[in-house]
Order: sequence, then structure tokens, then C-alpha cells
Amino acid sequence: MPKISQKAIHKYLRHDKNFPHVWCPGCSNGIVLGATIRAIAELGYKKDNIVMVSGIGCSSRMPVYVDFNTLHTLHGRAIAYATGVKIVKPEMKVIVITGDGDATAIGGNHFIHGARRNIDMTVILINNNIYGMTGGQYSPTTPYGDRTTTTPYGNIDPTFDICDLAIGAGATFVARTTAFHVIEAQSFIKQAFEHKGFSLVEIISACPVIYGRLNKKGDAPAMMKSMKENVLTIKAFEKLSDEQKKGKQKRGIFVNKIRPEYIEEYDKLITSLQDEKGR
Amino acid sequence: MSKNNTIKKSEPVLMQGNEAIARGALDAGVNFYAGYPITPSTEIAEIFSYELPKRGGKFIQMEDEIASISAIIGGSLAGAKTMTATSGPGFSLMQEGIGFAKMTETPCVVVNVMRGGPSTGLPTKPSQSDIMQARWGNHGDAPAIVLYPNSVMESYELSIRAVNLAEKYRTCVVLLSDEVLGHMRETVNLPDLSKIKIINRIKPTIPPEWYKHFPENPKYPMPMASFGEGYRFHVTGLSHDEKGFPTNKAKEISRMMERFRKKVEYYIEDIVQIESFFMEDAKIAIFTAGITARAAKEAIIKARKRGIKVGLLRPLTIWPFPDAAVKKYLGDKKAIIVPELNEGQLSHELKRVMGGIWNYEIRKTKNIVELHKNSGELITPEEIFQTIREVK
Repeated sequence: MPKISQKAIHKYLRHDKNFPHVWCPGCSNGIVLGATIRAIAELGYKKDNIVMVSGIGCSSRMPVYVDFNTLHTLHGRAIAYATGVKIVKPEMKVIVITGDGDATAIGGNHFIHGARRNIDMTVILINNNIYGMTGGQYSPTTPYGDRTTTTPYGNIDPTFDICDLAIGAGATFVARTTAFHVIEAQSFIKQAFEHKGFSLVEIISACPVIYGRLNKKGDAPAMMKSMKENVLTIKAFEKLSDEQKKGKQKRGIFVNKIRPEYIEEYDKLITSLQDEKGR
Repeated sequence: MSKNNTIKKSEPVLMQGNEAIARGALDAGVNFYAGYPITPSTEIAEIFSYELPKRGGKFIQMEDEIASISAIIGGSLAGAKTMTATSGPGFSLMQEGIGFAKMTETPCVVVNVMRGGPSTGLPTKPSQSDIMQARWGNHGDAPAIVLYPNSVMESYELSIRAVNLAEKYRTCVVLLSDEVLGHMRETVNLPDLSKIKIINRIKPTIPPEWYKHFPENPKYPMPMASFGEGYRFHVTGLSHDEKGFPTNKAKEISRMMERFRKKVEYYIEDIVQIESFFMEDAKIAIFTAGITARAAKEAIIKARKRGIKVGLLRPLTIWPFPDAAVKKYLGDKKAIIVPELNEGQLSHELKRVMGGIWNYEIRKTKNIVELHKNSGELITPEEIFQTIREVK
């Protein structure tokens, strides 16, 4: 992997008035932002050619900091907005930044249908297991028994496995990693960018100030350590007994396949209709 | 629906109201449509799905109305002229997106073919009960531009106008129709394409570092960049500054809110269209819009034959409300009859302009007679005629 210097990152940031950022100390969002920019730098994408779309939430504040075409939309709707952008300008690289609540609760419908259509975009989903921006309410990925401000007696709501959800809906590139595994995150994001079709990279992240504090998970380094220990490679995970698998998750690329992409199919339709006209 | 794409202009054709809306939008240059099926607007989506790919444009059926409005706003920011069409329940779902389009000053057109409500209501029957929702549906203060035709030909014309106004004033324009107007067929003579005035977005020519997506003191139409043209601007639903970046500064927020207000207030004469019918010597006026105005016209002709001096004032632009025209034409009338397919939405606004019914002075000199129907049936010419006779 070519080394992208820290300095190189700065040319992708909007330094003029948007910093300091809104994220809490110890938040993983900055790590994901760094990995995303390094992946873009590695691929040599032009800034003019990138559209970064987001919904609402902590992670969705990312677009304001980067010097691309940026669109900060409504809660849950990022993929629907991105669909419109991509259909009209297929030549642009469309990146969606979203979170667990934004993409799988309020935006669940758009998430599954984006995957079903296999429309060419990369969804980077930062999963911190909680609604951070509103002060810590339970999300579809908050683990069983955990405390949030709306589960004061512990969470009884079952969780989504976001990658399984994306696979079930038909996404053609599905990967999971964590903010601790930052080199891997950069690599997965890069591969997702290069993939033609709907790609999802779920990045499990640390929210020490809200989620960590409510659940006594320790500080940011402690939560990082927990990610290192509990989110295992597919191989390592499969070796575990069912008992050992409890509380553990697997990371890696789960799906990487080719299926007709929506806009390519539409362009074929346009071409065939125009051929008909010409005849 | 007619799948005939080779209509020669100026040849009379039989056309449905919904089809006229679709054809108007296509002629105005709409090249991206995202929608979700709903009665009684579905024909509009069907025509776009058939016509757009043939013209190199794109159609997509989204997973719901929220996704539809989202996709057309995204498409518009990427440079397309965009439209979606729906009816009551879908219009309710779209409100947050309509607010976003107004907030981010992104051109797009939402067609609402009104049906009876509330809730699922009367999918196959007409109504005019979304007049207030079209104005106040989205949360937060933001003026609305809302048009409402009363014939198939006018559906075509106002569809073009809706797209033009959206592009010119950079906002979401709502085009109202109703179940009867949408499904009614009439003979129309479509104008020659070269004779239609089309407003296209002006591209900025200044260097990117000087570009402001929301400049102070805008003049419309104004240059607007799209994604991918080198300007790399930020768009957010948060209150924002001239460059589009979020702000909490009171001065910048006030300036932004003023922009929304001014674009409708300052250009009201350009936006408002009204029709006056036999108003010159009228002692009694009828004030109504859309399908009900057609019944009113027939009632007026009948009353005129009996020597009753009655006329019609019909707004083609419902919002901004034509305050000046209302004052000018209706100020001295003995009675104003307001027939409408709701429980008094137009009359509510009329009362605001005329001083309110609780004003003793006004009540004495101005008599606003409301004629409501909310049962899914049209108000008949006879019913309006009877009301004219009663107030005469």
C-alpha cells in the first residue's frame, strides 16, 4: 500500500472555516474520515469528480469538512439523494457517509433498495451502536442489555447485522471492519470505491463519550482494545465454538461479486431505444 | 395514456389532464423524474417512464414518496430539471423534502393531483383540500409557489410555467391538480415548441473560489453551479451562510430567511397569475380555482342570461396569494361566493385579505359566502347558481 502522507490529507479538507469539527474527544469518525481520504488519494480521484452525500447524525457531519461536492441531506435519506445524483451524473464517484441509526432505522428502506438496485455508490456506514447526536438513544445495532437514555433498564430490542442485511438485499460488495483496524478500513474502502455496483463498508466505531460512558466501556483506548479483541477475522471467528462467539463479531469482505449495475442497464435501454428510432 | 410521440404541434389532440402535465414538463426540459405510484397521479409517472429514456432522460420508480422527492433534489443538484408527481398521502410524505428543497434553494417541481382526505380518504374522487398544505406543509417558515390550472390546456401551460419558475427562483414549485382535472380529457392545440418560453439554469462563469451558492442580494434568475462543474459547494438542510456552510450566527440566519421571503415578495408580480371573468360590471363575485372554477363559469353564464351581474376571479397562482388582485377586484363587491372542495381553505385566506369576518365594518359591507363540499363530489353549476340567486 503506498504511503499517503498526513500532509496530503490536508488538500482534501476545507480548512477555511469549518474546523474545529463537532466530534467528541475519542470519537472514531475522524479515523474513518482519514481512511476515506487516504483511499481517495491512493486512487487519485479528482476532487471535482466526487460527491459525498450524508444523512443526519454524528457521522453525517463529515461532508462539510471535505473539499468535494458535498450534500448533507435529511435523516435517513442520503442513499435516495445519492441515487438522484448518480443517475443524473453517472460519471461522478458517489460516496455516502451514514450511521447505524441513519441507514438502518429511519433510512432502512432506502438502504435495502439501493442494495437491491445495485446502483453504483459506496456506502461507508459508521456503526457506533447508538444515536450520539441526540445524546444516546438505542439504535437498531445497540447490543442486548445495553444502557442508553431510552433503555434505562437495558435494551430488549434485537439487533440488525448490517452486513447480513446488505447481503440479503443484494449488495455486491459488503465488508466490515473497525476503527481500530485502520489500515484494513482504508483497504476495504479503496476496494469498495473500485467496485462497480452498490458497495457497503461497515466500520464499527467507538463512541466513548456517549455509548461508552453509559455502558462503562472505558475510555477511547479501552474501547479500541475491545474492538481489537472482539471483532475477529472471518477465519478466526469461524474457529470459535458457539459459546465463544457470543459478544464477538467477524470482520472481512463477505461479498464481492458482479451483478448488472442499475445505471448501466438504464443506459443500455436508452441506447436500444435510440437504435430503434434510428432504424 | 397515449403512447403517441409523434403529435404534430398545433394539430388538435384529445388529451388527459395528467398527460398534459407530463407533456408540458417534457417540453419544458424535465429530464429526470422519480416517483411512486399513487392514484390519481400515476399516469404522469407512466408517461415519463415511456418518454424519458427515448429522449435520453431518466425515470426511476423509487421505494416511496420520501425517496422520490429526495432523488429529484439530488438529481437537480447534479444539473437535471426534475419533477415528481403524487397525491395527498404521498404529498404528506414529501413535505420534509419540499422543505429541504426550499432551504437549499434547489429547483424541482412536485405535482399534487388532489384527492379526498384526510388519510387514505378518497383515492378516486376529487378534492381541493391540500391548498393549505401546499402552503404550510413543510415545517419552518418558507414561502411557497403553488399553481393550479383549470383545464387540460392550462395543465400543459402551467406545467411548463412550474418548471420555469422552479429554475428561475431556485425553489420547489408545487403544481396542484385534482382527480377530475387529471383524468378529464379535452381537445388541446399544443403550441409549437419554438414558441414556448423555456427558462434554463444559468451557469456561473466566475472562478470557483469566488463562487457563492447562496449570495447576498440575489437577482433572479441567477447563476447556479451543479455538482461536478468544478465549484465543489456544500449543500445542507442546516441554516447556512452564503457559501452553504452551517451557521449559528443570528445575522447570517436572518439573511438566509430574508432570501426565501424576498424571492417571492419582490417578484410577486412575475409569479402571480389571475383570470377575471365578467368582473367589469359584476356586483357579485365568485372566487375559486381549479375544477370548481369551471362550474362557476357555467353558473355565471346562466346568471348573466337572467340579468344577474356576477363575475369570477380565479387565481392560477394560489401561493403567493394574490392579495393585490383580491383587494382590487373584490373590494367593492356586494357579495363574494367562495365555492371549494374543502372546508374553507381559499375562503380562509380571502378573509385574511378582506379584513376578517369578525370585523364588523367588513361584515356589513362584504359578505363572504362559503360553499363547501368535502364528500368527493364536485360542486355543480346549479349549486353555485342557486347561491348566486340567494345572495343577489
